[in-house]
Amino acid sequence: MIADTIIMVCLGIGLLFNALGVLGILRFPDVYTRLHAETKTTTFGTIFISLAVIVYGAARVMEGETGTYLTLSVHTFVALLALAFTNATGAHAIARAAHRSGQVPKPAVVDRLQEVRE
Amino acid sequence: MIAFLVTALFAYLVYLVLTAGSGTIGLWSQAELIAGGGISLVVAAISRKFFCRTGEYRMANPLRWVLLVAYAAVPFFIEMARANIDVAYRVITGKIRPGIVKLSTGLETDLGVLLLANSITLTPGTLTVGVDEETNDLYVHMINIGMGTETKESFEPDDVFALFQFPEWIRRIAE
Repeated sequence: MIADTIIMVCLGIGLLFNALGVLGILRFPDVYTRLHAETKTTTFGTIFISLAVIVYGAARVMEGETGTYLTLSVHTFVALLALAFTNATGAHAIARAAHRSGQVPKPAVVDRLQEVRE
Repeated sequence: MIAFLVTALFAYLVYLVLTAGSGTIGLWSQAELIAGGGISLVVAAISRKFFCRTGEYRMANPLRWVLLVAYAAVPFFIEMARANIDVAYRVITGKIRPGIVKLSTGLETDLGVLLLANSITLTPGTLTVGVDEETNDLYVHMINIGMGTETKESFEPDDVFALFQFPEWIRRIAE
């Protein structure tokens, strides 16, 4: 029963942050600030949804059903690691490509990278 | 030879993690244990030159992996949660003050800079846009720059992270 509560809380937090990420895409003004909302906030949400799956699998293992559920938990954990690394690299690549192709951050109070390039 | 052994051991550990729960010897079946050994030897023979390209074996020390897990679980996760709530607040209110600043890291190895850049990018509110490959300085897009601090030539880690010193942790893990 404790596991059920944890799963519900994790799913709730995950969905809340994913929804805020979508809202951020609509509200923020340029490509960089949108990247903040759409890559990072949604990753945080997805981490919690994955945690819910892991807790579900672990709870079933505690009840004595080894095998499939242990594999489910472990594979979700591996997916979580892959998500964290590829998401950071992807966001970095998009931001770098945007800056190289001339998308200046706008509005911006300072842009040191543009000063170096000039 | 040492590259071959390190790669084989790492491949075998990954294989064991992926097949946990398949049988009764510990968590694994006899067939998986034997097949994993054979496959990891083949993988090591093919990929040892990529896996140990730099010729340094600092990361073979298990203590560094323990530190990496501790870093991901406590300071990084807390900072990430704090920053997520901050960005959620900015999504709703629209109070932003964005800009790209230069961050002097003081890190020396490629792995250290990679870990720091990924930590910065995964923390909402900060996003690594570029890296100066000679001085290992990072160019970071921040969603809310403190009032008056944008005139600084280069930022220190204190200005970017509110609660923890990421570069100190990463120096202990990767350098």
